[in-house]
Amino acid sequence: MQANGRQLLLDQRAVERTLARMAREIVELNGGTDRLALLGIHRRGVHLARYLAAEIERAEARPIPVGSLDITLYRDDLMAIGPRPVVGETRLPPGGVDGKAIVIVDDVVYTGRTVRAALDELTDFGRPARIYLCALVDRGGRELPIQPDIVGRHVDVLPGQAIEVLVPELDGRLAVEIVSATEA
Amino acid sequence: MPGSTYLGKDLIGLEHLDAAQINAILDTAEPFKEISERTIKKVPVLRGKTIVNLFFEPSTRTRISFEFAEKRLSADTVNIASAGSSVQKGEGLVDTARNLEAMRIDMVVIRHSASGAAQFLAERIPSNVINAGDGRHEHPTQALLDLLTIRDQLGRIEGVRVCIVGDILHSRVARSNIWGLTRLGAEVAVCGPRTLIPPEIEALGVQVFPHVEDAIQWADVLNVLRLQLERMETGYIPSLREYNRVFGVTRARIERAPRDLLILHPGPMNRGVEIDSDVADGPHSVILQQVTNGVAVRMAVLYLLAGGAPETAETAKRGVAQ
Repeated sequence: MQANGRQLLLDQRAVERTLARMAREIVELNGGTDRLALLGIHRRGVHLARYLAAEIERAEARPIPVGSLDITLYRDDLMAIGPRPVVGETRLPPGGVDGKAIVIVDDVVYTGRTVRAALDELTDFGRPARIYLCALVDRGGRELPIQPDIVGRHVDVLPGQAIEVLVPELDGRLAVEIVSATEA
Repeated sequence: MPGSTYLGKDLIGLEHLDAAQINAILDTAEPFKEISERTIKKVPVLRGKTIVNLFFEPSTRTRISFEFAEKRLSADTVNIASAGSSVQKGEGLVDTARNLEAMRIDMVVIRHSASGAAQFLAERIPSNVINAGDGRHEHPTQALLDLLTIRDQLGRIEGVRVCIVGDILHSRVARSNIWGLTRLGAEVAVCGPRTLIPPEIEALGVQVFPHVEDAIQWADVLNVLRLQLERMETGYIPSLREYNRVFGVTRARIERAPRDLLILHPGPMNRGVEIDSDVADGPHSVILQQVTNGVAVRMAVLYLLAGGAPETAETAKRGVAQ
């Protein structure tokens, strides 16, 4: 643990290698790019989904539709966390979700409640043929019976610690860091 | 930051909100627009919340707009309409409040002919209270949807010149608009018969145009108010035809505007009185967009008030992440 309470878990090169592998795993799991669409969970999942889609497009030479999902209005803990003044944008992948193989992309999977909310929201939008879950980091600690199909890195951290995925669009760099609670 | 945009328990008017709070509502309304475009126009965020729409004054548009907003957030709603002027304000409202409290409802949307009715109710029940128009006082959600529509069209509110045309004296829409617009840095003017302009209005930082032609030369936006037809009977204006001739927003008049005007109207319109059909249905009119934005703004207000105080939320948030 560094003095400032932040510990580097994956640097830029490591994240890029991990995402490249995850992109290959997505195509392998789906048996190709047929009907494939990526749906990033707001906010960092959206950027990761775009990155993964670009990787797949480069390898397979096929366009991959990408959408974004903000699950704020589907959370089960509004009264506990309070309203977030700005709810993010929900935009379905071009072509919609009906009959598609949808890959939900999140930065960190923890309790599973975000994914539960995403599944509920997705159900309201249509009927995908198949839904996969893909997360850059799995930190354990699940409270619901939900498991990702594709994981970048499994990490054991203490309950007081947080995993932060940093993306260039929002944070100026690509990295994964462990932040201990004392910092905040 | 949560502390500065927290609205409090109720939304009574825009007079006591600051720019950060008003912008928080407008920004929150933005993503809610998209929900009304979905095939399934419903999100579960207010599931299990009970909302009473308490309308002591007739209203179609505002009541339906609130109802759609509530239903699209999955709240359970009950409408209580008590149209007409026979409702006693003092004691009647206290009893109503106590009854609502006894039924454990979460939110009340109230419209009442008495100025201050919403505040009165808010002080007496623990539920969130939203003012849907009280007498001549305020109609905050109407002003918010006007602000959102102006911001959508012009990309900003600061520095925009907005002239409110019509019966300013009796208008809660005008009052809420003046508070909201000035808070966000717009230049505000009013225009109408001298009998229908409050004498102290300049104190609010508002200029007065006695002639609608001058207002049109000056303004980027005209917000044309409905002329209550009973104003003629009580002697404020000589006749509807006279009103249209002097203050009516007609095509001939807006064609002389030096720039593209935006025309707003809170509805329902008296076509041929305060606004001509040519203008209401013309290319400058954003009247139907106001109606669409009304649902989104009301969803935003319901959502923000239902979430509770940010202080308690911040404490709880530490245990909830990812």
